[in-house]
Amino acid sequence: MSEKLETMTPELKAFVEEWKSKPGNLIMVLHRVQQTYGYIPRNIAIEISTMLDVPLAKIYGVVTFYNFFRLQKSGKYNVQVCLGTACYLRGGDDIIKEFERRLGVGLNATTEDGLFSVEAVRCLGCCGLAPVAVVNGEVHGKLETKDVEGIIEQYRKLG
Amino acid sequence: MAYESYVLVCGGTACCSGGADKIIEAFANELEAAGLKEKVQVVATGCLGFCEQGPIVKILPQGTFYVQVKAEDVKEIVAEHLVKGRVVQRLCYDPEQAKKLVAEANIPFYQKQYRIVLRNCGVIDPEKIEDYIARDGYKAIEKVLFEMTPEQVVDEMLKSGLRGRGGAGFPTGMKWKFAQQQPKGQKYMVCNADEGDPGAYMDRSTLEGDPHSILEAMTIAGYAIGASKGFIYIRAEYPLAIHRLEVAIAQAHELGLLGDDILGSGFSFDIELRFGAGAFVCGEETALLQSIEGNRGMPKPRPPFPAVKGLWGRPTVINNVETLANIPVIINKGADWFSKIGTATTKGTKVFALTGKVNNSGLIEVPMGTTLREIIFDIGGGIRGGHKFKAAQTGGPSGGIIPEQFLDTPIDYESLAKIGSIMGSGGLIVMDETDCVVDIAKFYLDFTVDESCGKCAPCRIGGRKLLNYLKKITDGRGTEQDIKDMEAICDAMNKASLCGLGQTASNPVKSTLRYFMDEYMEHIHDKKCRSGKCSKLIQYKIDPAKCKGCTMCARKCPAGAISGTVKNPHVIDQTKCIKCGACESTCKFGAISHG
Repeated sequence: MSEKLETMTPELKAFVEEWKSKPGNLIMVLHRVQQTYGYIPRNIAIEISTMLDVPLAKIYGVVTFYNFFRLQKSGKYNVQVCLGTACYLRGGDDIIKEFERRLGVGLNATTEDGLFSVEAVRCLGCCGLAPVAVVNGEVHGKLETKDVEGIIEQYRKLG
Repeated sequence: MAYESYVLVCGGTACCSGGADKIIEAFANELEAAGLKEKVQVVATGCLGFCEQGPIVKILPQGTFYVQVKAEDVKEIVAEHLVKGRVVQRLCYDPEQAKKLVAEANIPFYQKQYRIVLRNCGVIDPEKIEDYIARDGYKAIEKVLFEMTPEQVVDEMLKSGLRGRGGAGFPTGMKWKFAQQQPKGQKYMVCNADEGDPGAYMDRSTLEGDPHSILEAMTIAGYAIGASKGFIYIRAEYPLAIHRLEVAIAQAHELGLLGDDILGSGFSFDIELRFGAGAFVCGEETALLQSIEGNRGMPKPRPPFPAVKGLWGRPTVINNVETLANIPVIINKGADWFSKIGTATTKGTKVFALTGKVNNSGLIEVPMGTTLREIIFDIGGGIRGGHKFKAAQTGGPSGGIIPEQFLDTPIDYESLAKIGSIMGSGGLIVMDETDCVVDIAKFYLDFTVDESCGKCAPCRIGGRKLLNYLKKITDGRGTEQDIKDMEAICDAMNKASLCGLGQTASNPVKSTLRYFMDEYMEHIHDKKCRSGKCSKLIQYKIDPAKCKGCTMCARKCPAGAISGTVKNPHVIDQTKCIKCGACESTCKFGAISHG
């Protein structure tokens, strides 16, 4: 699969320059990269490696260690279904299965039209609303499997 | 008070998700329209705790407590309550359709609580430093800088008996003393806000609701140990808490409460944020330090302890958010006052995120020594849906599962350890009879296997093996020998793992084996899961007496497991059945059941 090359934005460049001399900067820089592109693109990782003088292997070591960083672009609407204990007890795994079934994709994969991706996440911290799914920062709480179709349609309409 | 009334709208994550920002907007518009803009102030506060009933609106000075408020309700609240002074009954909390409970103080959820850590949560606007100062904020740092020596501060902490709320319960004063005794030079103060325990959100709520208390406490700790630099290691998954901390740090700088020469005392201290990236093991001290240094978060053997050799090899104290939130109050009110609260070995209060199958999920703070029964039944309002209590789980993936016979145990570090659990960071999850303990143990092991950093063999291999055994048992292939093997692995992981994650990862298994062996045996011998959670053990059956032979189920079955002829009872071939339940929901005659 050929990957689209991303270009380094001036803001990101300025951020890296600002953090360059601070010890322990790598994770903070990677957060900014992900914030900019939605994932950690390989060519940007290579550039960061040169700019910070950190081996590329170390960058990938860190990226793959932490769950938060992703190596693939997510769908336009990223569905994060909580699998914290409270959500699990109140049926979070059924919600995930229903999203997977309706969208026809597995976990951490993106639909062919690039519209949706499904992710299982650990505790979003609104256990009172369990089970919870978050789509692009918007929280859908107290879910039942029958709600899933409506949520997908709601975003599909937006295109 | 310049205003006649105050409208407090909960701005915690759960209420925000429920539309709190729209409610605030509606109040601003309606108050303007009613000409009350100068008389009523709207405040977006931190978490009020009663998340189950959110979004929550509280009106002062009456203390009226409105639950499940929607933006459409605001007009009525303004017109009725604020203009005419009449309570909007239909929005009050009302558990039994009986007498309306109007004020917060009358709601059982709040009656047994005692708030030290959450003292300002839901009271102040967390983005206004003036609100914090008005509630004795930054008074403790003034007292410490001008009236106390660093040694006196450490002594006060030792005397208070405060223990680390991150889970292990190490005395905070001792930690500070070790770091203080190290030779002068660069030292660091770190706040552990990497709340990774699934089902727990105490720290997030504290940071969102009262960020200045953490900054003040870190500055006090910095003064006591001789550190000039502090880091808050916070989960990137908590954007609201990060935002509020950034605002708070900027405000504290502006007023000279952070930075060079604080309040003209000559003491300098600064705080920076560092983001976690979703690794549970980074809650462990040495792994957390690795992560701040920009590395993979893998723990190191201790000793040397961080207080001797921590961040970049320098003495470092790491305290959890909840621990820190206690500190300004201890300085202001004194160690003697604090040590009167709680039990013989554990002083103060504990914040719990009460979740699961309980009626009132939410954030609560109770004195140490409160029993589980009081928490779950008095505060939590009992089990939802009329089900029966089965077990409570404290300490998340590192904790144990506590059965009914220990509901009256007064909670402290020692009592929980004795019954095979731990205090942990404050997750308290309630389970009912529809939950399977073997399945829960599997859930937690799945989590720790995923989160194990892989550095040491007992945790990396042991966790995986335990999980495999649990899968085997929940699939109906378990044997009694498996139980013996699991017990041996639990023991080895506990003794030989490098860090707290591996040492405690077997607790969910150990505690369920100890208290629910009968359920394990049912899974193994009878191939039965009494809760119906373990789907591979479910058997669907057709009652021949009720079956009319309509053939609906046979047509619906995706596996072709049902056979039979028209108008004759059908049969399910158990070897083909995939336990999807489609037949049961299709049958119009109630002939199909599972067990």
